[in-house]
Amino acid sequence: MEQQIVKVKNKRGVRVIPGFGLSMGITLAMLGTLVLIPLASIFISASQLSWEAFLDVVTSRQVVSGYVVSLSCAFFAALVNAVFGLMLAWVLVRYEFPGKRLMDGIIELPFALPTAVAGISLTYLYSDRGWIGALFAQAGIQIAYTRAGITIAMVFVGIPFVVRAVQPVLEKLDRQYEEAAEMLGAGRICTFFRVILPELFPALLAGFGLAFARGIGEYGSVVFIAGNIPNKTQIAPLLIMTKLEQYKYADATAIALVLLVISFLLMLFINSVQLYMQRFGRG
Amino acid sequence: MAQKRQRTYQQDIVGDGILAVQKVREPHTEASGKGIRCGLIGICALFLFVMLVLPLAVVVINALRDGWAAYQEAVMDEYTVRALQLTLFTAVTAVAVNTVFGVFAAFLLSKFYFRGRQILAALIDIPFSISPVIAGLVFILTFGNVGWMGDFLKAHGIRIVFAVPGVVLATVFVTFPFVFRELFPVLNAQGKDEEEAAALMGAGWFTIFRKITFPHMKWALLYGVILCAARALGEFGAVSVISGHLRGKTNTLPLHVEILYNEFNTTAAFAVSSILVILAVLILIARTIVEWKKA
Repeated sequence: MEQQIVKVKNKRGVRVIPGFGLSMGITLAMLGTLVLIPLASIFISASQLSWEAFLDVVTSRQVVSGYVVSLSCAFFAALVNAVFGLMLAWVLVRYEFPGKRLMDGIIELPFALPTAVAGISLTYLYSDRGWIGALFAQAGIQIAYTRAGITIAMVFVGIPFVVRAVQPVLEKLDRQYEEAAEMLGAGRICTFFRVILPELFPALLAGFGLAFARGIGEYGSVVFIAGNIPNKTQIAPLLIMTKLEQYKYADATAIALVLLVISFLLMLFINSVQLYMQRFGRG
Repeated sequence: MAQKRQRTYQQDIVGDGILAVQKVREPHTEASGKGIRCGLIGICALFLFVMLVLPLAVVVINALRDGWAAYQEAVMDEYTVRALQLTLFTAVTAVAVNTVFGVFAAFLLSKFYFRGRQILAALIDIPFSISPVIAGLVFILTFGNVGWMGDFLKAHGIRIVFAVPGVVLATVFVTFPFVFRELFPVLNAQGKDEEEAAALMGAGWFTIFRKITFPHMKWALLYGVILCAARALGEFGAVSVISGHLRGKTNTLPLHVEILYNEFNTTAAFAVSSILVILAVLILIARTIVEWKKA
């Protein structure tokens, strides 16, 4: 009854709950002072750079190689995570087996374990003397201090993003569709690619995007295993750090600005693909 | 690739044409299904073991490599204790600030509809997609000597960069969306009918929040606090930029680990890491308990 009266008055609904002003004030004040104003500084100090100086910094060989290393390693790591994350989510949602709860808990480990700790222990594990590194060293493959090592560190930090993105969607996915597909004569592979995967794709993409973005920006876990060989295994965040240590604030700002733009474009792209999939994906 | 998939699909159709009757009878309990199941579980277990469990084992084994006495010495070291104190202080502050923000922001975005709601939600998520190094950099560009507030702070003798306030600010920035992200979906799913009813019956803001909204979100809040604490305890990149690595003053535990590691004091580095690992495991256990309660 109450609702109907409200609806007649105003289609968008009347605001009856008190506390709008208070919540809005606190939210905006905190967001502004703690995030937006500091973030604006990067644009302020970037605007003091001349265009030539900016281009000079971001197109220098070292910086370009930093971007390439960060982006390519993060991309491969996100791909690996998409595959294993999907598998893990599937196993955790669809199967019952002993130790499932433990497995579910362990997935969160990269969120809980400090990145620096992960960094030094991965470096130890994959160096020539480490448990896994030694195995590969016998085959003549070096992992630590190469791009493979960087990718592994990024896989480590990114895996929970994909699993946690896919898991809830898979839980809600109605099994009737699969059963219907199977009744209609679709095989396992066909059912997976044509029925299940399209439903999971937006979530999978979101997880991929988050893992990708995290990989691009990751510093703590990567910096130890990367070895930081100039023009080879220097990641972009490390370059920002190096410039700061040399008090070259303008250079650091320029590198950071490009990195920011890349992350924003990535997020924008993934959000729009998701929106598109939700609207027209069934077509 | 495309051709290959096409062929498998065709084979599927042909194969299913023949086996259709059998499949209809028992679609989910075939022997091949069991094989796939065991294979998948095996691959996942192996992946988790190599990627996540082994690194943890490495920390524990290396920390105790030189015996219990060496471990104790590294852990009880004066600088380690100070770093632990600063880390805990930073984490508690960050959690407190972000809890206040998260509660108000989640209440605002889930109970009220206004223009720019989506934009606000996107702005809150910004720290999530930013490199921690950049998060540290923005504070240097704001409060450092080169920053636009640098002169003002210097004139008033306030130190933020390369001091404890900077460490705290950077940690708050990095963990900013954590509590909000846990609360918002819960409050959004709950809807606003109950609050509206209470408001129409004359309840004030605080009564509504205490009696209706809070009971709905308490487990999600605890969950968000745990996640936020985990990230705050372990933050490295942002803090590393802004702390200046002053031993005993602005060194947090993760930074202390880095210093020890770079001094080739590996055992001590792993010993100090083990403190963080213990904290991480405690957090995971707490998380699991909250998850049970929530369900």
